[in-house]
Amino acid sequence: MILRLALGSLVARVVTVGMTVLAIAMSVALFLGVEKVRTGAKDSFADTISGTDLIVGARSGSVQLLLYSVFRIGNATNNVTWQSYEEIAARPEVDWIVPISLGDSHRQFRVMGTTAAFFDRYKYRDRRSLAMQDGVVMDDLFDAVIGSDVAATLGYSVGDPIVVAHGIASFVEHKDQPFRIAGVLEKTGTPVDRTVIVSMEAIEAIHVDWRNGARTPGEPTPVERIRQMDLTPKAVTAALVGVKSPLQTFALQRAINDYGQEPLLAVLPGVALQELWSIVGVAETALLAVSAMVVITALIGLMATIFSSLNERRREMAILRAMGARPRTILSLLVCEAVLTATAGAALGLALLYGGLIIAQPMVDSAFGLWLPIEAPSTRDIGMLASVVAAGAIVSLLPAIRAYRLSLADGMMVRQ
Amino acid sequence: MTDDAPALSLRDVRFRWRGRAPFSLQIPEVIIAQGEKVLLLGDSGSGKSTLLSLVCGTVVAESGEVRVMGTDLSDLSSGRRDGFRAEHVGVIFQQFNLLPFASVLDNILLPLRFAPNRRTRAGATRETATDLCRALSLPSAIVAARAAELSVGQQQRVAVARALIGRPPLLIADEPTSALDAGSQTAFLDLLFEQVEAHAMTLLMVSHDARLSSRFDRVLHMDEIATVERQAA
Repeated sequence: MILRLALGSLVARVVTVGMTVLAIAMSVALFLGVEKVRTGAKDSFADTISGTDLIVGARSGSVQLLLYSVFRIGNATNNVTWQSYEEIAARPEVDWIVPISLGDSHRQFRVMGTTAAFFDRYKYRDRRSLAMQDGVVMDDLFDAVIGSDVAATLGYSVGDPIVVAHGIASFVEHKDQPFRIAGVLEKTGTPVDRTVIVSMEAIEAIHVDWRNGARTPGEPTPVERIRQMDLTPKAVTAALVGVKSPLQTFALQRAINDYGQEPLLAVLPGVALQELWSIVGVAETALLAVSAMVVITALIGLMATIFSSLNERRREMAILRAMGARPRTILSLLVCEAVLTATAGAALGLALLYGGLIIAQPMVDSAFGLWLPIEAPSTRDIGMLASVVAAGAIVSLLPAIRAYRLSLADGMMVRQ
Repeated sequence: MTDDAPALSLRDVRFRWRGRAPFSLQIPEVIIAQGEKVLLLGDSGSGKSTLLSLVCGTVVAESGEVRVMGTDLSDLSSGRRDGFRAEHVGVIFQQFNLLPFASVLDNILLPLRFAPNRRTRAGATRETATDLCRALSLPSAIVAARAAELSVGQQQRVAVARALIGRPPLLIADEPTSALDAGSQTAFLDLLFEQVEAHAMTLLMVSHDARLSSRFDRVLHMDEIATVERQAA
């Protein structure tokens, strides 16, 4: 009956209580939403590269190697010689190896030289492969495949000419070798979207007339002659490696790290990603803290609502007291109401979250490449909801204790 | 509690209120026998409310004894006093008797929640409540209505039904007719008296209206039974 009384009393104040429920619901939805985006971003981040067992580059830090080879942020301090590359490729543990050559750019986008195998071997988000939105993988020396962001930002489509600049953010362009766009990739939500991909040989071809970062004097080599030349790369920036058996990963990593001919570094992408996330993750914690504040604000709102209702409800409490209710009963009635309000808020918040997710999921995926999975609330989510309800009970104690005191003083007669 | 004890007896009661308007109340002796119908007359500020609070046990006398059905309320803990009130005293206020958001039935059954013996005596509670409503000239369908939908006269009668359910020995009515017009007052009192007599209950009714005197067994004047002292705040 106390539950029915509490419910009846809440229904009678439907507008105020509804607003409080809504405030709690919004804050809960925000908190859970941030949590969802946070884990989604973390997963998307971890999904940037999958299916690759080792990333090999010149010796630097593992985060740095990951940043330039996968995220195309920063530059390699050194290259790996073609000889070393071939020696690693020839090792028995190696199942496949894909070279990456960086250092040139087109407008604000990085140019990456690689082989056609990249399109088969590079995997993201649960071993998904790159797919073509339009066109085909490059097969001519001067063919380029561009990521979806490159195409969208610069308005490029298949068949358009494209000029590759030497160096990054440089205005010296390799005007003499016009590339042609052979294909546009589907959006992946990875740095591939912002990359212009050409063949390893193309990277060599661009640099035929360049020595030590400067143009060699005289006429540029005609395109026809370049096509005749031996364009075997002299070096690669990094390489993605797949091993035959996962058990061999560490052995190969050790072998590469101990390579005698030049200082090399092999990192496990998952480990390096985690290391990088621990740096980036500070922002997400801040975001989470802010949304936790919003939840606390809503709970204070709940407390304020109960406080402000106390005066108009003194008569109600006097009736209960006259009927033989103890002040303790009045206290538990108020706490019970707060728990009901908080529960309604938490439930509505959860509903808002899923409603929002259903609407926003495709948009967020296409706009940010961020996949927010719609799944049953995690233990963590349920724990959060439970603590909102518990916190509702706790904050209601303050007004409830005041009501207890008031009803003790008022008895059955309301003294105004 | 003894069967032949007076329904209510106050002896040498001293009470001091230390609120914003401090005052003290002294009552040398008041005894009301079981089955008596007593009218307590007094103006506002004469200490009537305090006397009722003392009888109901929501406030405690500084000294002296307040016995309801032979039990000295000061012997009980505050929790026990609340339970004792629920079991033995039916209360009807001037107005605003009912929880507006609850149904009439829930309102009538409310005291039984705190009084297990009264609940047992009430038997099949829903039927008892409906019977009481009918006896008080209320349509029996009214039990399902929300209290806020009722007229003031109906609300007062529902309050009587609530005070009667489970037959508590003592009925306290605090100016129950003052919110009603003259015609309804008489009808209301007729019904109230009929039920009090049918259930052999003791009635203590507070009013400032001396015209009601003739209907009661006895009339007490507040200024004769009690001394009130007020200090300027």
